[in-house]
Amino acid sequence: MEEEDIIVPISALQHYLYCDRQCALIHLERIWQENRHTAEGRVLHERADRYGHEQRRGVHTAMALPLACERLGLTGYADVVEFEQGDTVRIVRPVEYKRGRPKAHRADEVQLCAQALCLEEMMSVDIPEGALFYGQTKRRKPVAFDQALRQLTEDIAAETRALIRHGKTPRAVYVAKKCNGCSLIDHCQPQAMSSHAPVAQWLAAQLRH
Amino acid sequence: MRRLLNTLYVTSEGAWLKIDGANIVMMIESEERGRIPAHMLESLVCFGRVLVSPPLMAYCCEQAIAISYFTPNGRFQARVEGPVSGNVLLRRTQYRATDDPERCVPIIRHLLIGKIHNQRAVARRQLRDRGDRLHDADRRALESTVKRLERIGTRLLETYDAQVLRGLEGEAAQSYFGSFAALINSEEDEFVFSGRNRRPPRDRVNALLSFLYTLLTHDCRSALEQTGLDSAVGFLHRDRPGRPSLALDLAEEFRPILADRLALTLINRRQIKAKDFSVAESGAVLLSDDARKTVLTTYQERKREELTHPFLGETAPLGLVPSLQAQLLARHLRGDLDAYPPFIWQ
Ligand code: SF4
Repeated sequence: MEEEDIIVPISALQHYLYCDRQCALIHLERIWQENRHTAEGRVLHERADRYGHEQRRGVHTAMALPLACERLGLTGYADVVEFEQGDTVRIVRPVEYKRGRPKAHRADEVQLCAQALCLEEMMSVDIPEGALFYGQTKRRKPVAFDQALRQLTEDIAAETRALIRHGKTPRAVYVAKKCNGCSLIDHCQPQAMSSHAPVAQWLAAQLRH
Repeated sequence: MRRLLNTLYVTSEGAWLKIDGANIVMMIESEERGRIPAHMLESLVCFGRVLVSPPLMAYCCEQAIAISYFTPNGRFQARVEGPVSGNVLLRRTQYRATDDPERCVPIIRHLLIGKIHNQRAVARRQLRDRGDRLHDADRRALESTVKRLERIGTRLLETYDAQVLRGLEGEAAQSYFGSFAALINSEEDEFVFSGRNRRPPRDRVNALLSFLYTLLTHDCRSALEQTGLDSAVGFLHRDRPGRPSLALDLAEEFRPILADRLALTLINRRQIKAKDFSVAESGAVLLSDDARKTVLTTYQERKREELTHPFLGETAPLGLVPSLQAQLLARHLRGDLDAYPPFIWQ
């Protein structure tokens, strides 16, 4: 694949952070392509319908904003972006809504930061922070786009692109906590794929019956 | 484990299928004759003059539900599918592998080991279950088949030439079908069997086997295509226009278990009788409409039987095994597995 052809959806970064194999199964092997495709089509459709903006107490809010970052080869959507006139500059703040609760790993922060990096490139602004809103806790959690998070996001974007460019699905490594919550476990078969004796050996044992 | 969804077989001449909200509805002469929830459907198979409405077709294409058309006698005619599914990289890997003898041979070997092991298991089961009631000649024939298949199995393991492997398969088939008559418990000579013949089948047992092989090949084809493989490009079966070679490859391991055993059950339990067939002037033997329905129902039931998948170690309905094997083949082609683990029926 040509380097410049590889545009990674922002959602792939989250998949990659969860499990590199899951990311490859979805974005390379296109498992459940039809289902995902229709699902994504529907989401896109809903998003396109939803696209809009509103003005409240000096805050202008845009919904379902299409995003891209050429430098990192990313594309996606921002749920909500708030624009506010500060003292000297216009403040731009992406806000992402999550159904669940805050997670131990940084996937949500990375996704949000990726949105910020897209917005910074597209609008030539600096975005110091954004927010995650968790449905279960009904809390809004501010996220500072500090150097560490930016670096992490850029690294993950680069690794995800490399994975897609290579076109090779990483081996399964079975980790109960991670795999048992993975929607692709039936396709991935992590236990059989990671811990099996060579097939010839297995077959020989079968044939002895 | 993934769910086994329904295959809807429509055998009623003049049936008209349409989608109505979340249901698939069958109309005959403007009367509703059947209704199933659309999300329960995995594949739609039409025999004879059956019409599918364009909106239902669109729905099926979108949901990756295969629609296939067969003649009333089970000859494949056409298939409707949406945009090509799966991953182009996997298909390219498949094409490279089928072009490379080094990669073909181990896959062919394992496919055939699976098939021959399963043939042997069918013969062994008859000896175990009915050995003492068999005629001496039948018992001896089966015993010698079991031994011969075992020897062929060992030779398969040591063979590194695709042509020799194919030859061994031919030998195994000759031996297996040579004693197949001993698996038929019916005393009547309506079900005499003297070897496999097809296109057209010239006796009742062959007519039944051919029909079941058609159903099995169809299922294997859907399984492969859902996995993203090209069902037309095979290892054991070489390319031939119009032939689903990889589906035929995959079907090999399942023939003894899903098709042969089912044919034997139908005959031995007298669910299918001599009068369920007609003989054409040319000598071709055809299955009657009603009998076809019996076969289809029994086939669907058999697919629901649960077993433990030998390689994955998980319970799965028999009908899902072609999909699991297709996945394992894809995993091997991608390099996840060092070889293709065949389906070994215990
Ligand atoms: S099952 Fe485990 S190894 Fe496989 S994709 Fe999911 S998380 Fe990754």
